[in-house]
Order: sequence, then structure tokens, then C-alpha cells
Amino acid sequence: MKKWQRNFFILISLLIAWQITVSLGHLPAFILPGPRLTFMSWWQNSALIISATGITLFETLAGLLLGIIIGCFSALVLIYFKPLRLWLLPLLILSQALPTFAIAPLLVVWFGYGVMAKIITTIIMLFFPITSAFLDGLRQTPNAWLELAQTMNATKWRLLWQIQVPAALPSLASGLRLAATIAPMGAIVGEWVGASNGLGFLLLNSNARMQIDLMFACLFTLIAMALLLYFVMDRLLRSWIRW
Amino acid sequence: MNNITAPAIHISNARLRYANKLLFDRLSVSVEAAKFTCLLGPSGVGKTSFLRLISGLIAPQGQTELTGTVVASDGKPLANRIAYLAQADLLLPWLTALENVIIGAKLRGSKPDLAKAKHLLVQVGLENSMTLRPSELSGGMRQRVALARTLFESRSIVLMDEPFAALDTINRIKLQELAATLLVNCTVLLVTHDPLEALRLGHHIYVMAGQPVTLIELKGLTGSPPRRLDDQTLLHRQAELLKQLSIAQALV
Repeated sequence: MKKWQRNFFILISLLIAWQITVSLGHLPAFILPGPRLTFMSWWQNSALIISATGITLFETLAGLLLGIIIGCFSALVLIYFKPLRLWLLPLLILSQALPTFAIAPLLVVWFGYGVMAKIITTIIMLFFPITSAFLDGLRQTPNAWLELAQTMNATKWRLLWQIQVPAALPSLASGLRLAATIAPMGAIVGEWVGASNGLGFLLLNSNARMQIDLMFACLFTLIAMALLLYFVMDRLLRSWIRW
Repeated sequence: MNNITAPAIHISNARLRYANKLLFDRLSVSVEAAKFTCLLGPSGVGKTSFLRLISGLIAPQGQTELTGTVVASDGKPLANRIAYLAQADLLLPWLTALENVIIGAKLRGSKPDLAKAKHLLVQVGLENSMTLRPSELSGGMRQRVALARTLFESRSIVLMDEPFAALDTINRIKLQELAATLLVNCTVLLVTHDPLEALRLGHHIYVMAGQPVTLIELKGLTGSPPRRLDDQTLLHRQAELLKQLSIAQALV
């Protein structure tokens, strides 16, 4: 059985199990809607869901892109200027001790209900895993390579670009895969605390109105988006980093 | 391979202590200019550390204490004149063979001489593999690239740390011949635990043995390297050296 066949089989089995649970348990639709009802709800509200997804996807991608840039940049600064690393790394770790959820309302106060607050929430959530993964990779450059470069009279800057950065790319890649899965979460958290559009807003809204079927439709859309993002990221990284 | 006159190297008072174990102390040796000098010794005797001392790669590593005086016969500093070839090829996996050869120039920020790099790759027999990545090359080919990379640096002193130890016999013999031919005007210090390798390549051979280590020169070497494998005296000397080494091994 091929991989996609197996995955398809798992998906279908889950849907059947879900439908059986709903039918046999006589669960009302406002507690647990079945797959059929969820799909109907998705179909009826598709315009709404698609436009909300567009917003969330934009926030996710913008946050991801900026988070990657900031994360990589901080790692490079921290590896290149060692004194800075000694002073800034504790600060960075401290900043991660703050739950994003707790400061998200503050971000809404500062940046308003628009996409900006969501993008910043996303950046805050994912830049550190990227910095951390990249920095680890940069610091773990095999010593023998560094020594070889030393006998070749490498300059510090060129050593960084020619050897340390490429050697750290596989580590960075695992950070980026992680970031791709965190990014939609960041956007949703941002929308959760204050938004007028987006999947998070729609989720919260339908929950409040007991439209659990619509909520399920949103959730599945969100899952599909997150999976797609991870898949695309994984593919890109595999084609870039072949060694 | 280059027109820079290679200097001789004088090492004196070399001392290596690891934790509480004194591996060698007051060790002195001179490496003749533009010749192959082989240091032969069992594993764990401190051969690599000795090379590190000469190359100036004496980063403090935990409990290791490595000191000594290393001077060149022309009185000029040794830094910038030494190339290093280790047992591991140390090729960068994201670069092609050709890019690996010119990495030194890239690291210094000078314009790499591509024609020279290609010529060297042809000389080591890799004219058809220049654009391949290390993962696509065999162990022998990878070490050939490493040799080309070492030659590309045009250093007058070449330190080699068991450079062919990881190769199969046929590749090892071919690479020994290549090294002997291509490094002909360089001052070479080759560290090995293979008596045959030392006998094929060395103008001078020193055996590292004892506790703490002393250097014993093997006298009466005839012919010029690379010596032929079917040389009868070579085989005799190999037996002699193997005996000496197994005694030395028992002492480590």
C-alpha cells in the first residue's frame, strides 16, 4: 500500500468512526455534529470560511516570513558577537517565559484589531525556536572543519558564511519545520483575543452562538491549512538542503 | 609543485601531558627541508598531538597540556606556510569536488584560481568528477579531492595525519604514489601507523616508542621514494619495523 493510500484509508476510517459515534450515541448536533453535517455547514458557509481562511493564511505567512528573518538574524548576531550572546541569550530565554497568550491582549491594545497584532503574535511565538535551532547548528560546526579553516587563514566573516552557516542549515531546517506548525497557532491566538475577521474569530463566534457544526468546519479548514503549510515547508527544505 | 623554497623545521622540547599521564617530554626532532619525514608509532602515542603542535592548532582541550618550540630553518614564522591533510577528508558536503578544492581561497576572500584547481583534480585522476558532491564520491576519490585541496594551498610545509589510513589497499598505494610525486618540493611530515607506508614514502623514518616517548631514527634507508612494493629490502625492513612497533604498542 502506498503512503497516500494508507493516509486516505486512515482518514476515511476516522470519518466513519466519527459518524458511527454520533449515530449510535444519539448525540445532538450542538454537542457533536457528524461529518455529514460538518461538511454541509462548510458548503453553506464556504464563502465566509474561505475569506476568513485568506486572512488567517496571510497573517500566518507574514508572521512566518518575518519570524524566519528575525530568528535567523538574531542567531547570526549571537554567534558572531560572542559578548552579545552572553548578555542577550538570557534575555531571549526570559522573553520566552512569557506566555504569548498572556501578552496577546496587550498587543491588540497596542496594534489594534487589524492583522498587525496577529502578525506580531505569530512572530513572537516562532522566532525563538528558529533562533535556538539555528544557533545550536552554528555552534556545533565540527571542530575539524574550523581547524582546517584556521590553517587556511580564513577570516571570521567568511568562515561564518562559507562553513558555519551551511553546516547549520540542517538544524535550521528542523527549526523551520517546527515554525511552520506553530505559525497558524500564533495567528489564531492573535485572532482569539480580538479580531473582526479570520478563522480564529469565526471559531470563537460560532462557538458563542452554539453553531458547533460551523466551528467544526472552521477547525477542519484550519487543520488542512496547517498541514499544507508544513508539507510545503518540508518540500522546500528537502529540495534546498540535499546533503 | 611550487617555487617557494621549503624550509626545514626544528622541533624542540615538545611536551604532551594528558591528565596525569606524561606521553612525551623534551622530545626534539628536525624535519629535513623538501623531504618526506615519516613518524611511525602505535595508536595513542601522541602522534596527532605532535602534528598539532607544529601546525599551531593547540587550542586548550580540557586536561591536555601541549607545549614545545617549533622554528623554521629560515627563521620566518610557520603560520601561513603549513597545509594539513588529516585522515578524515573534511570535505564540505554541500560543495562540489571543485568547490572543495578552492575553499581556502574562498575563506581568505581571494579570487580562486580555477584553472589551477582543475589541473590539480586532473592530476589526482578526477577529471570526470569535478562537479560531483562528496556523497557521490567513493572514499578513495574523496581523499584525492582532499589531497588536491591541500596542494591548491601551495604551502611549502605539509603535515599529514594518517591521510590514507581509511582507504582500501589499492587506493592507499595509488594515493601514496600521488602524494610522493606531487609533494616533491615540500617539507612533508607524515604520521602513520603503517610501516609499509613509512617505508615507501619516507626519506627519513622515526619510530615513536617508549614511555615517555622517544624518537628512534631508522637508519640505512636506500633508494628514493616512492619505493617499489616489490623491493626486497622494503619487505625486510617492514618485518623489522613491525616487530619494533609491537614492542612499542605493548608499552603504550
